Amino acid sequence: MAESAIELVGIDKRFGAVHANRDIHLRVEKGTIHGIIGENGAGKSTLMSILYGFYQADNGEIRINGAPARISDPNTAIALGIGMVHQHFMLVENFTVLENVMLGVEGAPLLKRGIAKARAELKRLEQEYQLDVDPDALIEELPVGLQQRVEILKALYRGAEILVLDEPTGVLTPAEADHLFRILEQLKAQGKTIVLITHKLREIMAVTDNVSVMRQGSMVATRKTTETTVEELAELMVGRRVLLRVQKGEAKPGEVKLSVENLTVRDSRGVIMVDNASFTVRAGEIVGIAGVAGNGQSQLIETVAGIRTAVSGRVLLDGQVIDITGAADPGELRDRGLAHVPEDRHHMGLVLAFEEYENSILGYHDDPLYLNGPFLDIQAIQADARKKIEKYDIRPSDPRLKTANFSGGNQQKIVLAREIERDPGVLIIGQPTRGVDVGAIEFIHKRIIEMRDAGKAVLLVSVELDEIRSLSDRILVMFAGRIVGERDSDASEGELGLLMAGVEQQEAAE
Amino acid sequence: MMDFLIATAQVLDATVRLSVPLLLACLAGLYSERAGIFDIGLEGKMLAGAFAAAATAAYTGSAYIGLLAAVLVSVALGLVHGFASITHRGNQIVSGMAINFIAAGTTVMLGQAWFKQGGRTPPIADAARFNAIDLPGAEALRDIPVIGPFYSGFISGRPLLVYVAFLLVPFTWWVLYRTRFGLRLRAVGENPAAVDTAGISVPWLRYRAVICCGLLCGIAGAYLSTADGAGFGRDMTAGKGYIALAALIFAKWRPVQAMFACLLFGFLDAFAIRNQGHPLPLIGEVPVQLMQALPYILTIVLLAGFIGKAIPPKAGGVAYVKER
Ligand SMILES: Nc1ncnc2c1ncn2[C@@H]1O[C@H](COP(=O)(O)OP(=O)(O)O)[C@@H](O)[C@H]1O
Ligand SMILES: [Mg+2]
Repeated sequence: MAESAIELVGIDKRFGAVHANRDIHLRVEKGTIHGIIGENGAGKSTLMSILYGFYQADNGEIRINGAPARISDPNTAIALGIGMVHQHFMLVENFTVLENVMLGVEGAPLLKRGIAKARAELKRLEQEYQLDVDPDALIEELPVGLQQRVEILKALYRGAEILVLDEPTGVLTPAEADHLFRILEQLKAQGKTIVLITHKLREIMAVTDNVSVMRQGSMVATRKTTETTVEELAELMVGRRVLLRVQKGEAKPGEVKLSVENLTVRDSRGVIMVDNASFTVRAGEIVGIAGVAGNGQSQLIETVAGIRTAVSGRVLLDGQVIDITGAADPGELRDRGLAHVPEDRHHMGLVLAFEEYENSILGYHDDPLYLNGPFLDIQAIQADARKKIEKYDIRPSDPRLKTANFSGGNQQKIVLAREIERDPGVLIIGQPTRGVDVGAIEFIHKRIIEMRDAGKAVLLVSVELDEIRSLSDRILVMFAGRIVGERDSDASEGELGLLMAGVEQQEAAE
Repeated sequence: MMDFLIATAQVLDATVRLSVPLLLACLAGLYSERAGIFDIGLEGKMLAGAFAAAATAAYTGSAYIGLLAAVLVSVALGLVHGFASITHRGNQIVSGMAINFIAAGTTVMLGQAWFKQGGRTPPIADAARFNAIDLPGAEALRDIPVIGPFYSGFISGRPLLVYVAFLLVPFTWWVLYRTRFGLRLRAVGENPAAVDTAGISVPWLRYRAVICCGLLCGIAGAYLSTADGAGFGRDMTAGKGYIALAALIFAKWRPVQAMFACLLFGFLDAFAIRNQGHPLPLIGEVPVQLMQALPYILTIVLLAGFIGKAIPPKAGGVAYVKER
């Protein structure tokens, strides 16, 4: 057997009541690319953060290159040659690339020499791995793809021999992801060991040598990639057979419900986020907006939902103009039959400190149904919440439980139940399954299709291209604030990927 | 004309005198807040430092031992703030306010118990104060026109701590932008997780920042009671800690701008004192209260976004929590 770079023996970790890692055993061979897959919340990030010394395991042992190691903090991990690209980047946004790379390994108390050294070393790394990025650029001004490069450079600069990447492709276009994989191959060829976390099965099959599957905190299997299939891995991940593609019938689009005309939106800094966007959504169809995160999708749906104001353009709901310049408030739009499931349920969809039943009427609390004179009718609200809990299979089924104590999937169901049960004519839904387990994904997808079949107009935004492709009847692609193309639901991934990267647009401009 | 020149010179002189404690406290706040620890307790630390300096100087007869005592007391209070907000992840505003109350109460109580003069310390003899020092060459240059009087009369002839305060401005800039400590300090105020994953201890870094803050607040306190004044009087900081915070926001947490903000606020104060009861040309009589409120009003105008935007360190005010 080949030498092992990493061995995890009986790793166990709890966060309060959450058992994030249960008695995990894992062996990663030196000089290989080892994939770790698992649903959201399976404990992948936790396990790797333990390896990196960011969290401490409650139990268990780590061996690096065969020798037992006590990794009490990231410093120890770095000294052992472990580098990690975290799922949420660990960058100081108002620092330059160079400063971020240097941080923690400045060399001497004065920066001068360290800066010169880092600059030279960065240049070398850039050339060796085609990781070009301007060392003097500010992080906040870089697109996410480049920010990730900085994270990789940080790890390489620290001399990482073992590189852990936690869901690196979530923020990348397919082409950028391919570039990343070429870099990983190159690193592997130099004898480095790579651990790649993802929940995208296609990537696992394409680049890994071995793959381990996690489910609900446990390591359920390890396979040689050549000896397994996508179907087997999917089943291992979820613990049962899953439908990877949603089943749905033909759409029967009716009259136009929502129409957006020449919409332009700027953010608080004055940067154009949505650039002259026009489209319509008809009754009985799902229109999906694809795009890499940060290309204006969020601002687009927030404007249509009345949360953000536009610079110019018109939005019509059922043929009636919505005042998007500031006067429209989301409450009024709700009354007019527009429901909105926001992208970020923690910041916009829910008050996590509230009990479940309180969230189940958030935004509808002045409906006479829930009122008793000027007071809230708690009995009625709780009865209503119980009905929704049953219908949407929200677990645990306790309307008095604090919302923060529900898992991501169940929190999302709370929001969905609230919005869908109002029977809106138009449903705007952002990232319906972000941070949601596969079982709940199926459920949520079915509900969305049911809405369509009931003749509602659905506008869907997701950064998961697979989700867009399997749900939408029409697909719009956004790049740099513009809608750069419209395709049918059977458009190929490659075609959409090029649009998402803005490739066609640039070619047209040349 | 001559009158006007003399008046101007007096106001400028007072400006320097009044800016020094603001500047020291403001730089103190800068170290702390740049590291992500908001510190509303500058006032309390300064007050406690002023008391410690005066009491010790009165007792030992040495301004330097007084200064040492001020620094020790102020750093100790800073560590209390650190313990509450770094180790125990408490609310930084509450902790800072608590320090202000403790300082206001304790100084008066101890003063009364020790000196029985209504919370004041006895007046300190000149030998136990920071007295004016002549800078080298002040005598020789005196007769050169313009530069001479400016150097000998305005720059030279101030207590040591004044020079310390103004030299701390370039020094702080240098620390912040040219040293490893400064790089890490700025980083931890923006994104502590980035610092943590870079292999640096977040708590230790932040503790060092609050120690720097305590140190400078102690110097500010000692300046008030043993350089500018000659003894401690109850509540002698009179809100300077809050003005220093306003100056810090005004300066957008940058050292050189902090100096200008403090000079501006010091000038407003000097001007108000000088012109109390005198009508101003064109404007007429301005109530002194309005002048005193001006630093706060300017800060609010700034915060409202009229004069550029003041963006505080991103992780400021929130404790670093890894595991929920
Ligand atoms: N810092 C933390 N504090 C408390 N709970 C956490 C923390 N990080 C993760 N968890 C919980 O641990 C579980 C596993 O999370 P994670 O390792 O992030 O999963 P994955 O990366 O596989 O999606 C989840 O239920 C999550 O809510
Ligand atoms: Mg994760």
